[in-house]
Amino acid sequence: MGGKTDKKLIENGKRWDGRGIKDMRPLKIEAGVLKQANGSALVEWGRNKVLASVYGPREVFPRHMMDPTKGIIKFRYSMAPFSNIDEHSRSGPNRRAQEISKVSRHVFENVVFLEQFPKTMINISCEVLQSDGGTRVAAIIAASVALVDAGIPCKDLVSGVSVGRVNGQLVLDVDKYEDNFGESDIPIVISTRTGEVLLFQADGMLTKEELETAFEWAYEGAAKVREIQEAALRKRYSEAPARD
Amino acid sequence: MILDEVKKTYVKDLLRHGKRADGRGLLDYRDIKIEKGVLPNAEGSAMVTLGGTKVVAGVKFDLAVPFKDRPEEGIFMVNAEFTPGAHPEFEAGPPGENSIELARVVDRGIRSAEVVDVKKLFIEEGKVYGLFVDLYILDHLGNLTDAASMAAMAALLDSKVPKYEKEQLSRDKYTGPLEVSKRVVTCTFEKIDGKLVLDPTVEEEIASDGRVTLASAEGGLIVAGQKSGRAGFSREEMMQLIDLSLEKGRELAEKL
Repeated sequence: MGGKTDKKLIENGKRWDGRGIKDMRPLKIEAGVLKQANGSALVEWGRNKVLASVYGPREVFPRHMMDPTKGIIKFRYSMAPFSNIDEHSRSGPNRRAQEISKVSRHVFENVVFLEQFPKTMINISCEVLQSDGGTRVAAIIAASVALVDAGIPCKDLVSGVSVGRVNGQLVLDVDKYEDNFGESDIPIVISTRTGEVLLFQADGMLTKEELETAFEWAYEGAAKVREIQEAALRKRYSEAPARD
Repeated sequence: MILDEVKKTYVKDLLRHGKRADGRGLLDYRDIKIEKGVLPNAEGSAMVTLGGTKVVAGVKFDLAVPFKDRPEEGIFMVNAEFTPGAHPEFEAGPPGENSIELARVVDRGIRSAEVVDVKKLFIEEGKVYGLFVDLYILDHLGNLTDAASMAAMAALLDSKVPKYEKEQLSRDKYTGPLEVSKRVVTCTFEKIDGKLVLDPTVEEEIASDGRVTLASAEGGLIVAGQKSGRAGFSREEMMQLIDLSLEKGRELAEKL
């Protein structure tokens, strides 16, 4: 956010990559892409590539984290050192990644029936292999599909998209370029069944009206994302051979 | 663990009757005290007492090398330290996720609102001012985010910029006060059994299902937001909280 560029981000209602203001980038989801993990999913969203894996419910480690009343979730969001178009970055989660991991974990603490699995943990790990803006939402929708692929009972799939503002105009599904040179980024993840907001972050200088529109668009976008998530799971269960 | 359950039940029982343990309304802040300039060795400082919560913010300037993609901008950074004396569960060591989240939410609001013009922190090619805001949590009795964001903002308002001379920063000559364009404050709401409560105590935080923090600035602007915790919030609730934080934020900003 806040960088400067000579390139117009929006001209004649079209964004720099040719999209309209409410067009999302092409989204492809494949469930069950890993052999070892109990569940997995690959999300390709525009140029983003995020791989999510799920293990568990299994024994809690370290043991002092064990909760006798419910299962716990560990969530890791991490960007690979080669994921960025710019320079090589340090491996493993940085401060930004740790914050994202925390709020993403909260999303799944909401939808997973944790009370059914006391004294256990579920590990969700999202590796951003290639990043192009909107990776936290891509990671979360991948993780949601991976959880279902692992057969872990959830109240709902979670779906979402990031809304941003560029050249004073709200746009749906911001990419890296728009995030770098735009004025705002608002990732939103919802449970489409209950309509509840499960993840909301925002930066920029936004009016109440803009936020109202951002929510409206995010809900519309999330509904489209959900269809693709469901299709991926349907495909997984109709075609793939059963796992042990 | 058992004590936590007792506290939870107590908070929830009271809330069922629309009450809080300290007698406040659901959308009232505790008493707020802001003292600026409490640490004269820092270039700016402020101690905020919010009810029993105590946070001190210190601002230091250093010489820094600009980020490669922002060669003409100074560096602005917020860090939070949960000191071991502030709460029995705080341990010394590298910052945990709560400390990182708090620092990043405070940072996001101030950065988004362009409170400090980082372009003015430029000195010469390859050399800029680094502006470091460190938030020391001294006593945790709930709602660290709002206390810390007030402390950060008050410390910035108290700051003076050291003069750059002879290849270093002077610690006794200043170019003047730091220019601050806006006053950014955060409002933190907890959702407890479906009820929304502003400025939570530590017991209310234990009982809480989820939290929303919204940073606002003059002119009816929301400049940062963060939803945290297990609970979901309806769209209507989100809009209600946006309205409330704009209204309450104005009151907080006046105290700075």
